[in-house]
Parts: sequence; C-alpha cells; structure tokens
Amino acid sequence: MVEPVLRLQGVTRDYGSSVVTRVLKGIDLEIHPGEFTALTGPSGSGKSTLLNLMGLLDRPTSGQVIVDGQDTGQFGDKQLATFRGRTVGFVFQFHHLIPAFTARENVYMPLLLDRGRVDREMLTRADELLASVGLSDRGGNRATDLSGGQQQRVALARALALQPKLVLADEPTGNLDTESADQVFDLLRQINQRERTAFIVVTHDPRLADRCDRIIRIVDGSIASDQTSAPAGPCRACGYGPCLRGSCMLSTDIPRAAKPAA
Amino acid sequence: MSFSWIAALRFLREGRLQTVLIVGGVAVGVAVMVFLSALIDGLQVSLIKQTLGSQAHIVIRAPDDAARPLIDRSQQTLTSLVEQPAQRLRTIANWPKVMATARGVPGVLAVSPTVSGAGFASRGSADKAVVLRGVDPESYSAIIPVDQKLQSGRFELGGNQTVVGTELASALGVAVGDKVRLSNAQGESELFDITGVFDLQNKEINQRWVFVSLRSAQTLLNLAGDVSAVELTVVKIFDAEKIAVEVGQRSGLVADSWMKLNGQLLIALQSQSSSSNMIQFFVILAVALGIASVLFVSVVQKSREIGILKAMGAQTNDVLKVFIIQGLLVGLVGSLFGVLLGAGMSEFFASLARNADGTPRFPIDVTAALVVRSTLIAAVTGVLAAYAPARRAARLDPAEVIRYG
Repeated sequence: MVEPVLRLQGVTRDYGSSVVTRVLKGIDLEIHPGEFTALTGPSGSGKSTLLNLMGLLDRPTSGQVIVDGQDTGQFGDKQLATFRGRTVGFVFQFHHLIPAFTARENVYMPLLLDRGRVDREMLTRADELLASVGLSDRGGNRATDLSGGQQQRVALARALALQPKLVLADEPTGNLDTESADQVFDLLRQINQRERTAFIVVTHDPRLADRCDRIIRIVDGSIASDQTSAPAGPCRACGYGPCLRGSCMLSTDIPRAAKPAA
Repeated sequence: MSFSWIAALRFLREGRLQTVLIVGGVAVGVAVMVFLSALIDGLQVSLIKQTLGSQAHIVIRAPDDAARPLIDRSQQTLTSLVEQPAQRLRTIANWPKVMATARGVPGVLAVSPTVSGAGFASRGSADKAVVLRGVDPESYSAIIPVDQKLQSGRFELGGNQTVVGTELASALGVAVGDKVRLSNAQGESELFDITGVFDLQNKEINQRWVFVSLRSAQTLLNLAGDVSAVELTVVKIFDAEKIAVEVGQRSGLVADSWMKLNGQLLIALQSQSSSSNMIQFFVILAVALGIASVLFVSVVQKSREIGILKAMGAQTNDVLKVFIIQGLLVGLVGSLFGVLLGAGMSEFFASLARNADGTPRFPIDVTAALVVRSTLIAAVTGVLAAYAPARRAARLDPAEVIRYG
C-alpha cells in the first residue's frame, strides 16, 4: 500500500476558552496520492476548520496530522511554515491573489518564499505554470486586471509552483459563473491526473462533488459518510478505463451533467 | 531581490496616496530639523565669532590680592568686617616661562603676552579715556586677528607707533599718518604715530582700545619688563574651560576661559540648543507616529494578503521585514526630500536676514554632517516606528484572516 499523503488520527479541534466548543470530534482520515476528494457538508459543520488543519494553517487540539509521512505536531512554527509552503498548495474562494503583484509574480511567490531571492529558473517555471493553465499571455497583468476565472487559474498555477503533494481548494469555483467554474474544475482534474497531485476540494455544489473520486461528508464535526465513487470497471466513454469519472483522458465525448440552458 | 524587499516596494507602490502623504510628512519633519539646526548653528557660530572676535580664548593673569584678616573666625561672638584691599596692577614677571608652559598644554594653538592699563589719548583739546594695550603684533594676530580687521593702514607697532579703533579715530579726528598723544594716569605722555585704524565690530572696543608695542606700554605703565597677562587661543573653543584649568594648575596663576567670562552667553547658547533639540524631538515623534499609523492602516488593509503569503510559506520574519523595510524606505526617501526642502528654506531665510551691504547677517550652512545626521535619524525613526505595525502583521494567524478577513 502506498504511503498516504495525508493522515489524520483522532483529530479534534476546540474553540473558545471559557465556553469550549468542540468543532471537530475525532477525525480519522487518509488521503492517498492522486486522489481527488470532495469535502462537503452544511455550513458550520467544521469543513473549513478541517481544511485549515489539513493545510497546516492551524494545529489540532488533540490528535495527529501526518503529512507526507511527517508528524507535523513535532514542527516549530518556522519549520511548519517552510514545510507547508513545500508540501501543500492552496486555492481560496475569494481574495485569491495579491493585488499588488502581477500574475507572474503571484505564481512564483511560493518559490521566492522558499528560495529567498528571484532567479531566472523561477521566472521560467512561472511562465510554464501560467501556460499550463492557459494564461501564458497574461503574466504581466496585474492580478486585479484579470477576470474571476482567470484569477482562479492563476491561483491554481500558484498553488502548484512548488509541486506540492496536496492541493487544498476551498470552494474554488464558489463565486464563478458556471462556464468558468467548469473550466477551473476541469483544470483541477487535468492537473490531478497529469501530476498525480492529491486534491481536496470543499464544495457545496453536488454537481461538482459528483465528479470527484471520493466524497467525504462532514456533519457536526464528524465524518458522516465517505464514499469512493471512482468507477471500478472500464470507462463508459472510451471503454479502456479506469478513467476517472467525469473526465475521460482519451475521449472527447464525455458524458457530463447537462449544462443549464444559458 | 529578496521577497521582503519586493513585497515592501510593491505595497508602497500600491498604496500610492498613503505613501506620498507619509513621505511628505517625513520630508516636512526632516526639513524642520535641517532648517532649525542650520539656523541655530549659524546663529551660535556667529555669536561666538562676534564674542571671540575681540577676546582671547583664555587669559592668564596674576591672582588678585586677598585680605587675610588676623581674626580667628571660629569665635562667632565677634562681628568682623573684612575690607577688601584695592587691587594694584598685578603683573607676571616671568612671562616667557609662563608662555612656554602654556604652549606645552595640549590643545593650545597660540600664545601672546599683553600689557594693559588705563590711559588717555589726546589730540589738541580732545581727550579720551582709553585702554592701553601693549602687544607683539605678530603673535597677537593669532589671538585676535587685528591685522585682518584693519579699516586702513597696517598692524605695525614699532617704536612710537600705535593702532587705534575707528570710533576713537573719528572722535579725535585722526587718520593713518596723524599723531596722537598717549598718556598714563599720572599724566606722563608720549607722542605716537597712527599706523592703522581697526574695526573689531564692537563699539566699546573701537572706542577704547589703543594698541602700542609691548615696550611702549611697559614704559607708559611703569611695568619695567613685566606683562599684565598672557593670552591664549585653543584649537577647540569649547575645550577652553578644561584647558584653562590645566594651564592654571601648571603655571600657578589664574587662567580664565572665555566660557567663564561669558557665562551669560553660554547659558543663552545652551538654552537655545536645548529648545531647538526639544522642538526637533517632538517633530521626530510626530513623524514616527505618522509612519506608525499609516503602516498600521496598511497592515489592516492587507491582512488577508499577509495571511495568504503566510499560507504559502512566508515566515514570521519575512512579514516583519516587509513592514520594517517600508518604514526604512519612507524614512530615507522622506529625508531626501526633507533635506532639499530644508536647504531651500535655509537659503530663503539667509536671503532675508541680510546686512545693509548685502552680506548675510549670519551663515546658515546645511553641512554634510547635518544631512547625514538628519537622514540617519529619519531612517532609524522609520524603522522604529514600523516595528509595532510590523509585529502586528507578522503575528497574523493565516487561518483566521483568510477565513474571516
């Protein structure tokens, strides 16, 4: 069995000091390389808290967060920041990019933070990443001069800058129109399959959740359900399989949920 | 370029209006600093120059006569009245040795013997009370540059030659080449040729002082080879008191520095300096508060971005540096404009305060030292002022700011 990229063991998280609220009540979870997971659940269920813990932005009250085989509870703040930068990529719903920087600068920012200063390779890598999200001509644009979908693609490129093992996306398509949302989602999928990067996507959209390999549903701080929905048999589209559901690698004739009439 | 520098520059550029305002604030503060310092320094230099233009830095003289009552003061039932003796003209007999001693004290620049006493200058029916000053023109010029302050003639005191002040010359109606009769208090007199007329920019001195040769003064004042004082200049004028003490100890005579003789002036200068320093301190404080508040606002505005940067691996120190660098840059750029503005203000002020002949009344110099000092103070102020906002930024919890903004 392959070493999971992320393992949570008995993770709890409390908030408040006088009145203690237990937001997460003992989560056990494993995420494997290349897995494309949807994290769903009603608001207030603890999704974001869980995402912050998985992304090492927060520390659990108890339990272990093991990322890429490392028990992160042992790390100091400084070490954790470096480790986080190298191992985890983030895509946020709102306020995706740093407006003071250009698209290219936003993309190489994680590299810059990791290495300390700008070098030529960094610029090349940023351009490659921008090309991979279809924005090679927008590198010089200020982040605020891009459309919402474009900004989110830049944010994705940025999340991938250090070739992380795990990308966490908090409602990445939440404030995009359907077309842009589909584009961004397809892109996540493509990268997931090409790079074998594990994705955890928080979404409220059942249509998108349906297109993920695995759907974890959080209710009241516990895992209510955990379904793996990757087709076991050959792909319905190309017949070769096992293509992952919703995006066949070979056929263009992909069965998709019907788009709503414009 | 490192992350912190890039981010600092971009944030400053992004908040253009804020940046311009705070740089302007720093510039005004630095300008006030530069202008005030230059003004006060110029004023003080000119005051000291005026004072020392007709005064030696240190004067060595014989100690005063003191009354020594033969009454035991411990018997307190007695009432005693100690009458101070009248001071006769005390002199220094072994002055060449005193001069050699004084020369040996570090910091002493020049030494010159002088003889002075009361006398009269007369021509025809005009009679003026004067101070007879017997000097050696060559060494005395190093004490008070009379040779540079001549209105006409030369500073030459051979045989029966004399150099008088402008006021005296006009009161007696004499000029270079004329003769004047100088007499002592006893009425013994001699006739002198006027070789020069000086103007020491001091009305009293221009009226009173009459320079003659050392020997003529000794003859007129019946001092037979003695001098009444040895005058000194020192390299650093504010070391004068310290040097005077040492000269006094080494020579066994009384040595008074200009600082002691001009206590009032010194106090005035000191209070001028301290009020100027106080104003500057509060200006710097205001500048620091301005920088700090602008950066605080910037931290609040950018907290999400800072959170995202931290999520991407930015260390606490990286974030701290981003804001410290902003403070530093604001301080440096502000001081650059401030120095220019301050120099301009000084120039303008100097053009207003002019003598009748168009020369500046006193010099307002924006020196390199002043520029460097102001720039350093502004930069340090910027860094210190940025510290609190920078810490606030560095401490932001990425999970919280990303979620709640």
